[in-house]
Amino acid sequence: MGAIGGCLLFLVLIAVFAAIWAIWRYNNLVSLKYQVGNAWKQIDVQLKRRHDLIPNLIAAVRGEMQFEQDTLEKVIAARNSAVAARGVAETAEKENVLTQTLSRLFALAENYPNLKANESVKTLMEELTSTENKIGFARQYYNDVATRFNTAQNVFPDSLIAQAFKFQTVELYEITEPAEREVPKVDLNVRPQ
Amino acid sequence: MAAANLFEQQKKNLRRTSEILVGFVAFLAFLGIGADFFLYASGAGPGFPIATVGALLFGAGSSLWALKAGDRAVLESANAVPIDRAEPRQQVLDNVVEEMAIAGGLPKPAVYVIPDSDPNAFATGSGPEKSSIAVTSGLLDSLNREELQAVVSHEMAHVRNYDVRLMTVVAALVGSVLLISDWGRRGIGWGGRRRSSRAGGGGIFLLVFFVLWIVSLVLAPLIARLVAMAVSREREYLADASGSELTRNPLALASALEKIDAAVAPTPSIKQGVAHLCIEDPRGRVANEREGGWAELFATHPPIAKRIALLREMAYQRGRTE
Repeated sequence: MGAIGGCLLFLVLIAVFAAIWAIWRYNNLVSLKYQVGNAWKQIDVQLKRRHDLIPNLIAAVRGEMQFEQDTLEKVIAARNSAVAARGVAETAEKENVLTQTLSRLFALAENYPNLKANESVKTLMEELTSTENKIGFARQYYNDVATRFNTAQNVFPDSLIAQAFKFQTVELYEITEPAEREVPKVDLNVRPQ
Repeated sequence: MAAANLFEQQKKNLRRTSEILVGFVAFLAFLGIGADFFLYASGAGPGFPIATVGALLFGAGSSLWALKAGDRAVLESANAVPIDRAEPRQQVLDNVVEEMAIAGGLPKPAVYVIPDSDPNAFATGSGPEKSSIAVTSGLLDSLNREELQAVVSHEMAHVRNYDVRLMTVVAALVGSVLLISDWGRRGIGWGGRRRSSRAGGGGIFLLVFFVLWIVSLVLAPLIARLVAMAVSREREYLADASGSELTRNPLALASALEKIDAAVAPTPSIKQGVAHLCIEDPRGRVANEREGGWAELFATHPPIAKRIALLREMAYQRGRTE
């Protein structure tokens, strides 16, 4: 075999290794993409469960909490707009509002000893508390996997594969606390009299 | 800092796992080879290394059996019963386990309750696809929801880190070493009476080998147990750390450990063979109280005060970075 043959063999070997590397990294990205999809589905399952539990809870506490109509209506409204939400960002925002109205309801329910003694209400409360936690943990897991997916697409040299096959970064499920985002309103018109 | 540390620890964990398994296999082979030499020298051997092959097959067989059916045996020995969702506390436990499975992105393990008033918990199984978590009724009674979640996260970390698989295999190998060394000691008594047929050929090397073999035969049970305990101790810190990764709440685990520690009594339902799987040593506190030296060598768990201190440290670090 001559020098040219040696060179050729060398080039072929490099090409083979490059191809193997590309396949390996591509598969890694695909696997992460599916993990992200699966993690999102986990959140979805729990959100759906929360949507199903809320009407039951409202029905169970309505008689006792008739002076809290306002809060109950707010929970129902928040639930309905959360059910209608589509996409990561909108879902995150609407669900967040629902979480807050629900925690308000839970806090108020503390004032009703009859509710706290009621077995079926207690069971519903525990299921909702657990669902809240599951949503939180599913979100935590989704964000971890999504961050890994996004990072894998942006680090060199994997970014070459990601661009070649048009992988797209995914949105994280952000919790935005409206209270934290809002600029505090300061009334400057108040003057000492 | 915590995340990088955890990754490093997980890598070290995996490396240690293979080292330990290789060590156990070598030890079993050594016991077998010695027996084969002994048989050969006494003229009773069948002509191929039957004891070596036998010891290795026995070790492999009992490990495989343990992976297949060991979890059921462990659960039965602890009188664990499947949970009953109609009971409010057990409903909470079931929910908490599902929450932690979601946090770890794992399938949900089977959940059991052990009717025992001492607070304790353990995980068993062969990996994330097949695992069980058992909790004593005493634990359900004494912890609040957050603390229960922390304990379950610790057990879930054992599942996720494949500690359950390693500990199952190590327990099976320890059992094999105990049995085989016992047979070996009996064999010496039997063979000693009829030696001398082919003896005198090997010289000083063989003599040294025999002495070494007999010493390790005698010490085998002790060595095997010490290794199992060392493996178990190491994994507790890691499970504390990666469990807190799931809950993001190291302080809850610290306060759960404090409550578990305060219940001094041993957990009678949990047999000694399961000790290395538990969140805290079921034999009571004595062995795990002191740090360093001999006391730590014979404990399945690191000193609880040290674990609590490390968890507090973790909480402090988190507080600073957030």
